Amino acid sequence: MADTHAYRSGELEQEAELADTRQRWLLSLPAVVIIMLFAAGPLLVMVVYSFLTPGDFGNVKWEFSLDGWKNTLVQRDIFDDTLMWADAHLSIFWRSFSLSVITTVLTLIFGLPTAWFIATQPPGRREIWLFLVTVPFWSNLLVRTIAIQELIRNEGVINLVLLKIGIITEPIQMMFTDFAIAFGMTYVYLPLMVLPIYAAIEKLDFRLVEAAHDLYASRMAAFWQVILPLIKPGIIAGSILVFIPSLGAYVTPRVLGGGKNLMFGNLIELQFGAGRNWPLGAALSLMLMAAVMVALIYYVRVTSREKADG
Amino acid sequence: MIEIENATKTFGSGDAAFTALSDVSVTIANNEFFTLLGPSGCGKTTLLRLIAGFEPPTMGAIKLDGKDITRLPPNQRPVNTVFQSYALFPHMSVAQNIAFGLQMQGKSKSEVAATVDEMLRLVRMEPMRDRRTSEISGGQQQRVALARALAPHPEVLLLDEPLSALDLKLRKEMQIELKRLQHETGITFVFVTHDQEEALTMSDRVAVMSAGKILQIGRPRDIYESPAERFVANFIGESNFLNATLSGETVTLAAGGDYAVKRPDGVHDGTVSVLVRPEHIGLSANGSGLPATIENVVYSGEATVAHLALSSGEEIKARFSNAPNGDGALPGKGTHVSLALAPGAITVLRD
Amino acid sequence: MVEATTTQVEQSAAKPRPKRGPKGYSLRTLPGFTFVALFTMIVLYAPISILVIFSFNEGDSLAIWEGFSLQWYAKAAANEQVQEAAIRSLYLAFIASTIGTIAATMAALATTRTRRFTGKTMIYALINQPLMVPEIVTAVALLIVFAAIKVATGHNSMIYLIVAHTAFCIPFAYLPIRARLETMDNSLETAARDLYASAWQTFRMVTLPNMWPGIIAGMMLSFVISLDTVVITEFVKSAGQDTLPTYMLGQLRRVVTPEVNAISTVILFSGAILVALFFRLTQRKG
Repeated sequence: MADTHAYRSGELEQEAELADTRQRWLLSLPAVVIIMLFAAGPLLVMVVYSFLTPGDFGNVKWEFSLDGWKNTLVQRDIFDDTLMWADAHLSIFWRSFSLSVITTVLTLIFGLPTAWFIATQPPGRREIWLFLVTVPFWSNLLVRTIAIQELIRNEGVINLVLLKIGIITEPIQMMFTDFAIAFGMTYVYLPLMVLPIYAAIEKLDFRLVEAAHDLYASRMAAFWQVILPLIKPGIIAGSILVFIPSLGAYVTPRVLGGGKNLMFGNLIELQFGAGRNWPLGAALSLMLMAAVMVALIYYVRVTSREKADG
Repeated sequence: MIEIENATKTFGSGDAAFTALSDVSVTIANNEFFTLLGPSGCGKTTLLRLIAGFEPPTMGAIKLDGKDITRLPPNQRPVNTVFQSYALFPHMSVAQNIAFGLQMQGKSKSEVAATVDEMLRLVRMEPMRDRRTSEISGGQQQRVALARALAPHPEVLLLDEPLSALDLKLRKEMQIELKRLQHETGITFVFVTHDQEEALTMSDRVAVMSAGKILQIGRPRDIYESPAERFVANFIGESNFLNATLSGETVTLAAGGDYAVKRPDGVHDGTVSVLVRPEHIGLSANGSGLPATIENVVYSGEATVAHLALSSGEEIKARFSNAPNGDGALPGKGTHVSLALAPGAITVLRD
Repeated sequence: MVEATTTQVEQSAAKPRPKRGPKGYSLRTLPGFTFVALFTMIVLYAPISILVIFSFNEGDSLAIWEGFSLQWYAKAAANEQVQEAAIRSLYLAFIASTIGTIAATMAALATTRTRRFTGKTMIYALINQPLMVPEIVTAVALLIVFAAIKVATGHNSMIYLIVAHTAFCIPFAYLPIRARLETMDNSLETAARDLYASAWQTFRMVTLPNMWPGIIAGMMLSFVISLDTVVITEFVKSAGQDTLPTYMLGQLRRVVTPEVNAISTVILFSGAILVALFFRLTQRKG
């Protein structure tokens, strides 16, 4: 007959759980420490810096100031000291936003048919096409941007061919324009739109398409009424996956836009270079991060809702 | 000797809490072939895992030869497991799998080699010793799993439904194999299954479980012939349950007739359920006995089962071994017959 | 309206039907889509192809072909700055991916194949953090922190780049390792513990041999990522600490010759090879 035991109810389980959790924390420690020190932690430092005063030769003076944040949106007229909108900044925000939207739309226009084409290939060939679409994505962003630059320069292939054929008499100025940036970003981020849409089309039940045809729909009608709503989650996912990097793009606008057509990332860089306004740069970075976070949260919401609906 | 004292195991918490084991106590003797038998979800595998040490109990203790091992992790218990999925290491050969436990124990190379050879001989897998475990058949994998668990010569071997993936013929062969192995090695086997025939064939003792509790422990014969309660009777073998009235040592069937019974503890006079096994029912030679009407006769190879209706409206099954040449075949549907019950065929159930 | 149509269609689809329509009418092609798709694929490869082609140009134009020559490759190879930058890139990538993969492996072991434990979500979010923040933001934050340290200590070595790249590499190594771990169920480890193996022995003899493809894949992915990283390197480096991408970025301000093409081609192909290997490793179900 058993008498009172040494173990309280659940005691051993709790012990085991604690030991397990402790071990897992220890294993995670190196990664956590490295990232806290050299990725996440610095972000917090940046928040602090956004509330400081710019130093005379760059860096900061440890005096509290809200100017960093204020100057993101407004500026003081140097002559009569009135507050006015920082037009330069606002136009840059607008350019970043609109170019990102344009890029998203363009990648959608070209990416959707591409994804459709690949997804409707027979199984053997499908992988090859997929691979072909992904390879450029994995190659160096800078190299791809340089490739576009060499293409659209005044001495580049496109202008040369057009001149040779005689369509134009002078080279078209494509470099250092908003067009160049949009073209470059579309080129560079296209695979990011293709892959999620491809995944959505792959899951599509084609019997539904057949049923639509059975009910007298034309192919395009079937597309708009049946296919498109069903692959919408893929489209949304792809859109956000293109929009976010576009918003924070740095290399592509720098190479293709030059010094005059700045996007968010370039404006931020300016503050740490010739602009010598680190607090402003920090504030701008945080603004960018916030914008991206909002888009990311929306993305997570949409994709988890999609999973819930099955 | 394994002692499980008041083991309870709950998973989850709050509304989602699930009690897998509820205050289970059992003592398993040395050198015993002990079987945990029950339907899926009854807690038998959980109990096995508690003995192995893969889970700590929520309450209760596990003792091995008087020593409390509840706190010990699995790699410090002299207990080995044959898993239902075998869990053979795919990146190692058959011989390397078998050697594993011995190497972890720090045995010398020569000792490991000798034991591996011995084990391969024991389960008759010598020609396969260098094969990858993914290249051998299911039955062969099972034998390797067995050899691997036996090689370190543990005090207890736990077997979690090891035969469930095998086809019928192989199963029957392995049942005999396992029995033989247990005898030869003298290791205590704790065997888990949901197959009652398997349990009855192989075990020294059986524990019938349901919903986290042990309902009855006993030798196969005792469990079969004297089931303590309805669930056990129903789970093991074929059963007929009849209504009756108990008075002293006599039971009067609702369908008629008085029969002498052994009265189990804790049962009072009055309405009871009784169990009669189909094979204990025969046709009365002289027309006296329980009146019944044949409703259906089903032939199944070695036996014929007759479905009959009694005067009380109850239905029972009677089982007859088939004689060669079809002699003594049963009468057809609709015939009125009298049934004779073998002496001691009636067991009073305790619930 | 669209929802109603879709439901109607779903009901119609539930009936069994043959797989093909009348001969010649494929339900899977949409008007114009194939054309756009092929056009897109061509456009996707055209700029890169032209870049590669002109890296072999006899002349020094990027658009006028004057014959085949390997001179730009020779020039690039002989260029001391290129040599330094290339070596620095490889050195950085190797160290960052090695340390990053080790840290990622440990973190993956801790966060995969397990129930919820206190802090699991936080650890997971932290490890993936570099992926969620635009690279420019991370770069700037590191610039700020390292500037302060450089001012305080006067120390200017490669260590800043190394730690920055390592942190950036961790999530890229983590993902393939985690994916691989999730295909392995716990039963083998349970069997090993049952057979007297300690935690370390279980890892070394059972978990690790089965994890290898994931670890190698993670290492290769983070290696490629480190090689290709421009933004963080650009902001964290001190003078004279160019990697190949930052060197090229600088060169773009000057007169551009096919030497840039030659370097780019080498980067493209080495990256492509590594990525192809990566895919081979992650597709195999071994």
